[in-house]
Amino acid sequence: MSSVQVSERPALPEKRQLTTKPRFSDKVFRGVVTGGGLSSLLILGMIFIFLLYQGFSILHSQGLHFITTSDWNAAVDDNNVPIPSQSHFGIAAMLIGTLVCATIAVAIAVPISVFTALFLTFYAPSSVKKIMVTLVDLMAAFPSILYGLWGFFVLMPSAVYWAKLLNKFFGWIPFFSMQAPVFDRSPFVAGVVLSIMIIPIVTSIAREIFGQTPLDRIQAAYALGSTRWGMIRAVAFPYARSGIVGGAMLGLGRAMGETVAVYTVLNIVYQINWHVLLGAGGNVASMILMKFGEATPLEIKALMAAGLILFLVTLIVNSLADVIVSKSGKSGR
Amino acid sequence: MTDESENPEMETHVQPSSLAGIASAAEAKKAPGSSALGVGLEARNIHAWFGDKLALRDVSLDFWAGTVTALIGPSGCGKSTFIRTLNRMHEFIPTAAMAGEVLLNGTDIYAPGVDVTQIRLKVGMVFQKPNPFPSMTIAENVLAGLKLANLKVENKDDLLQECLERAGLWNEVKDRLNAHGGSLSGGQQQRLCIARSLAVRPQVLLMDEPCSALDPGSTLKVEETISHLSSSMTIIIVTHNMQQAARVSDYTAFFLSDGGPGELVEVGHTNEIFSRPKDTRTENYVTGRFG
Repeated sequence: MSSVQVSERPALPEKRQLTTKPRFSDKVFRGVVTGGGLSSLLILGMIFIFLLYQGFSILHSQGLHFITTSDWNAAVDDNNVPIPSQSHFGIAAMLIGTLVCATIAVAIAVPISVFTALFLTFYAPSSVKKIMVTLVDLMAAFPSILYGLWGFFVLMPSAVYWAKLLNKFFGWIPFFSMQAPVFDRSPFVAGVVLSIMIIPIVTSIAREIFGQTPLDRIQAAYALGSTRWGMIRAVAFPYARSGIVGGAMLGLGRAMGETVAVYTVLNIVYQINWHVLLGAGGNVASMILMKFGEATPLEIKALMAAGLILFLVTLIVNSLADVIVSKSGKSGR
Repeated sequence: MTDESENPEMETHVQPSSLAGIASAAEAKKAPGSSALGVGLEARNIHAWFGDKLALRDVSLDFWAGTVTALIGPSGCGKSTFIRTLNRMHEFIPTAAMAGEVLLNGTDIYAPGVDVTQIRLKVGMVFQKPNPFPSMTIAENVLAGLKLANLKVENKDDLLQECLERAGLWNEVKDRLNAHGGSLSGGQQQRLCIARSLAVRPQVLLMDEPCSALDPGSTLKVEETISHLSSSMTIIIVTHNMQQAARVSDYTAFFLSDGGPGELVEVGHTNEIFSRPKDTRTENYVTGRFG
């Protein structure tokens, strides 16, 4: 041993390539799951290409004005033939309206969902839990037009009351100030309806993740004389934080894409409006629905372009969410 | 979630004489006269169920303040179930039920109107698997109990140092108190968990196989910690390692189940249990004839 000198030791061998001969059944299964995985990507890609193909000419002719201005004017001559040179399309108000409504929805839905999930995970007796989980999941399957109609006939009158209260006590905050006393069909009302629509998905994700809180940590907290609230704060929240952010972002995505319910309760106006209580808002998806029926071929292309922008904005928001989730860290996990 | 998960390699077959030798050496260090501090905890006719299954029948045991009591016995004999009834952790299992009384300072901890969080502050617990809070630093972990129970202390730094010193961890972590608890080794994590339970100043410390996930070196450190702590509090330790019981405990209680509910077979001074057990079943177990 001692006679071997360091300098005489042979060079390190090449690293071997580690392979295995896959069995036939494994190859087949691999093909099936890969196909499944790729097909969703393929469908998404085809939608993207379709929107890009349809909307490109408008995006090209309007340029950045498409997302920075708010006019929507599909000029036609006397024979109802579109005049591209005099037409002007801009969706700034719609984009901002979409983000405003979705943000309101998330701001309302996330606390409610988190509390619901905490109740179901840590407080509810198992019989209550079973019933409530079924009901909340059922909420996710409701057709959105029902939410819209309910929002229009039932929620709006009370939401208008809340909006007046908000305006009265928080009117000094620019978002809650009013130029005219028009409280109906405001972004606030749309946001409330949207929040109810996204509560099931956010609740469901939060409940899943709270339910996975490691039992040994829960017991450690209780064994230290912790109250249930103390345990939730010290153990369950740190563990679930990134998952809840992810759930909220999924809800945000859904809120941004929701069409019919918003169309029912929102007054769509082609002007950027930051006053969330005022009955004038915008929403890309609802605008597409509103215009689609009587649109000229040129206008349809503009609607496709609007759809493309919504697609991209949703993609950006979701990517941001991923970044936030990975930044907010796994330290609690 | 049920009480037993074994690591049988620690249960070696040892002659009774050698265990008794360890036990008497341990007792020489600290005579049982320290029980003059009085009874720390009294269990009266404890029964425990999981659903309809009776897991523990009629266990009555006194635990003297300032002593270490080891609970030994084969898997499924109910010793972990029993220890979890002593700080009301048993009731976290959904179908769990119990009967009997546990008296802490003469008051039944199961009496109506008792605040269970107050009980767990006085009766701390260290678990089989080290479970520091991973989102917290070492210092935050030690002081977590104060925050969780809304307790106020005047000087947190002093308390932090005191608890880590008592747990035998201070010298190893004093330069990295702001590192995360998960960055420690398993044995250090377990001593961190001990320090964490000490910070709320419990009268009684329950230890449920605290060394079964640790290597021999860490086990030794934890055992030293137990010896240091035992003068100031009541310690009850569940262990599968009979040498450990012999090394650290003043009293040993032997639990056994004959397929039905677990029962207390015998309790006595540790050296007597290992050298002159009264019950042949105890003798068979401590001499390694089964278990």
